[in-house]
Amino acid sequence: MASPVKLAAQALAVAAVVGLLALLVWKVTHQPGSGVEKALSAGKHPPAPQFTLTRLDGPGKLSLASLRGKAVVVNFWASWCRPCKEELPVLEKTWLQYRKQGLVVVGVDAEDFTSDAKRFAHKYGITYPIVHDAPSATVDRYGVTGFPETFFVDRKGRLVGAHISGSILSTSEIKAEFAASVRRALRS
Amino acid sequence: MRRLLVVLLLPLALAAAPGALASEQHPTLGELEGQVMCPTCHTTLDQSSSPVAQRIRAFIRARIAAGDTASGIKKELVAQFGPAILAAPPHKGFGLLAWWLPIAGLLAGVAAITFGVWHWSRSREPAGPAPPPAALEPELERRVDEELARLDA
Repeated sequence: MASPVKLAAQALAVAAVVGLLALLVWKVTHQPGSGVEKALSAGKHPPAPQFTLTRLDGPGKLSLASLRGKAVVVNFWASWCRPCKEELPVLEKTWLQYRKQGLVVVGVDAEDFTSDAKRFAHKYGITYPIVHDAPSATVDRYGVTGFPETFFVDRKGRLVGAHISGSILSTSEIKAEFAASVRRALRS
Repeated sequence: MRRLLVVLLLPLALAAAPGALASEQHPTLGELEGQVMCPTCHTTLDQSSSPVAQRIRAFIRARIAAGDTASGIKKELVAQFGPAILAAPPHKGFGLLAWWLPIAGLLAGVAAITFGVWHWSRSREPAGPAPPPAALEPELERRVDEELARLDA
């Protein structure tokens, strides 16, 4: 018969392994944003992850909830990102073209210095709201893996249309997807 | 024992203190590059040449030139990028695990080894006084005496 000491040591070792495995499973299943990506890929319309972030284009904060009833294009970007710069004119044009119909473009600047982002926005004449995601919590909730990435939120606060990972100008198909997603968000 | 430990550790602590203070007051880019993460590549800054890493490097260089302390520079980086910008995990929430788990593991290991050694040494100790040698049978004793007498002759 094994000694109680040996049994206790074995139980302790098993408990440690089980604990570490549980930690690993928890970490994998709680990957931020993975749920949003999966739901969109499956053709579902999950509620857009909420955010309240500091504005860079003016004082105060902007929350997604305050835009309920409007169609929202959420564009994640950073001032050091070259493709972000290239797609800016299209985002600005879209905002100016559809704002009277209830479309808002929100630029979520992340992994960036606020001073750089403000300078960048001023230099390229961005007039749509820009917010700063300092701890990248919103980036995580949306499952953003690189810049730029663009999501579309309908008037009911659901994610609709495509999730564009990369520049909205990268191919003619993506350009068409962008236009279709804007229309879809506005139509809801 | 405790006094001996203090005597041994005090000079080490005193020797390390000025270096740590100098590093805090006058940090170098090389030091901070190992303590700050590149937010896009998830490696420390010294292993990255991505655009954001270069921008952060330029920021650190400028702040060092302006005479900022290491903690001041890190504080500003956390304000801009969040706590994940620091290579060391935060001293709260889930990050506490990263600080305490290795220490707990080390202590558990030391305890296990100590207990094992103690248990092993105990099991090897003699159980009590050795039993007296068994008496020889009379016939055998007689034969041994005869043999010895013959050898002596």
